[in-house]
Amino acid sequence: MAVSTDPIDGTLIKEQFPLLSRDVHGKKIVYLDSAATSQKPQSVLASMDDYYRTINSNVHRGVYMIAEEATNRMEIARALVRDFIGARSSSEIIFTKNATESLNLVAQSWGRANLSAGDVVVLSHMEHHANIVPWHMLVAEIGIELRWIPLDNEGRLDLSELDALLDGAKVLSVTAMSNVLGTMNPVRTLTDAARKAGAISIIDGCQSVPHSATNVQELGADFLAFSGHKMCGPTGIGVLYGREELLEAMPPFLGGGEMIRDVRLDGFTTNDLPWKFEAGTPPIAEIIGLGAAIEWLNGVGMDNVRAHEIALTEYTMTTLHERFGDRIHIHGPSNPLERGGVFSFDFDGLHPHDISQVLDQHAVCVRAGHHCAKPLMKLLGIGATARASVYVYNDTADIDALADALDATGAFFTL
Amino acid sequence: MPGLEDLYREIILDHYRNPRNRGELETPPAHRVEGFNPLCGDEIVLYLELDADGRVSDIRISGQGCSISQSSASMMSAAVKGKTIAEIDDLTRAFKAMMSIHENSLEGAETTEPIEAPDVKLGDLEALRGVVKFPVRIKCATLAWNTLAQGIDEASA
Repeated sequence: MAVSTDPIDGTLIKEQFPLLSRDVHGKKIVYLDSAATSQKPQSVLASMDDYYRTINSNVHRGVYMIAEEATNRMEIARALVRDFIGARSSSEIIFTKNATESLNLVAQSWGRANLSAGDVVVLSHMEHHANIVPWHMLVAEIGIELRWIPLDNEGRLDLSELDALLDGAKVLSVTAMSNVLGTMNPVRTLTDAARKAGAISIIDGCQSVPHSATNVQELGADFLAFSGHKMCGPTGIGVLYGREELLEAMPPFLGGGEMIRDVRLDGFTTNDLPWKFEAGTPPIAEIIGLGAAIEWLNGVGMDNVRAHEIALTEYTMTTLHERFGDRIHIHGPSNPLERGGVFSFDFDGLHPHDISQVLDQHAVCVRAGHHCAKPLMKLLGIGATARASVYVYNDTADIDALADALDATGAFFTL
Repeated sequence: MPGLEDLYREIILDHYRNPRNRGELETPPAHRVEGFNPLCGDEIVLYLELDADGRVSDIRISGQGCSISQSSASMMSAAVKGKTIAEIDDLTRAFKAMMSIHENSLEGAETTEPIEAPDVKLGDLEALRGVVKFPVRIKCATLAWNTLAQGIDEASA
């Protein structure tokens, strides 16, 4: 049915993910919630286990052998991240807890140092709360002004007034891909417009970086935030990429060990990048796990990941529309090339909670709720959606299982 | 393992499909109160009218939510209409006692005193007992009751 050629056999890939072989309610699990968090391949689990079993020690401190090995493994992971997103230097790769912390770091450090009352920050109507609330906090603290890029009727950014919105703005902060609509935004167009207007650009790459090849030079972004756990890595590790000049000029975010060069009774001096922004003992096992995840993704090839998801997106949209017609509405762009594999849908007028509850009985895991995007929900005129999302390990059988379970859901709630 | 029929009892589905006391009341004299479940985006708007004797003389419900929160609100409205605040207080405590079995064990508070349930007949509301087997849905079932308590507090203040 799919028109695109799919370079990946999701069924074979599945075998590398231990969790995907388990049962739920007596049936083989069908995991369709990767936009919330991805599953982890055996190699990632092994890398973290190996760290704790063989080289567990604190980094950048000990002079003994295993401490040096741990430090090396952590910095190798940083270099893997650097190359994965095309950054110029490892100094530009800051390890954080997750994308949320990365965005807060920029808002709190760059924002507080560079923004004053009346300064404009431009966001979009499809942002995750993580790219809204840190700016609301600066509205309350400093009195900055927020402007919002609207959406068109297919859930794409409406850029017709972009230059006017950016006029006089200091910051443009937008997502590369919506976690609700699946919309993939024209990042380069946005960062070019921001630069022309004299604004810095911050890209929330939480949904895009795991699913397509990323190059920060090509994107033209000043900052890029993403999380490890959505890209086959562990929870508790995120990344902030920032252009070196900007990071150099920024005040530190959290204070403590590791981020300092010197501490005296009357003050401190900060460490070099990237450690200036990494106070305290970092999540070493998680960083190593993220490195293993990137090696795993590199082995598959990010272009293959994207091609697989385009094929699966076509299959999903065709299957659901053919089987359910007007009973289902999938939000976001209809063209698979303009979107990722995230499908927020309304079905039979049923509440998403009820849908996901029945799907769970069929071992189909989907998300139900507002997806941390309440302003977008309000714009769509709904309180919540059910959301199925795919990744490299999903296959057409998973989509068929979703459709079968939706069939059963409809039957269950019909009089 | 709890099955769907434990959660979606026929009487719950009936209240979901045919909600009682749906609508709005003029404010004032009615008091309007909103409740939210931030987890799922459910919202409920209650309109309460208290008479001079402290009885809920009328109640209406609007808003949106899942079958559990909507049917719980519908059943609640039918159960409290015409009752005094004291009677409603007993009913609320009895309902919460039924719901909180799992809330307590979730919080690891098995050693604390169980909530003392007043000797009140729950009637149709008994159908929601199965919700405790689905811990994430307990908040759906209690949303209407928490909103009611807030509304009564505000209206009788």
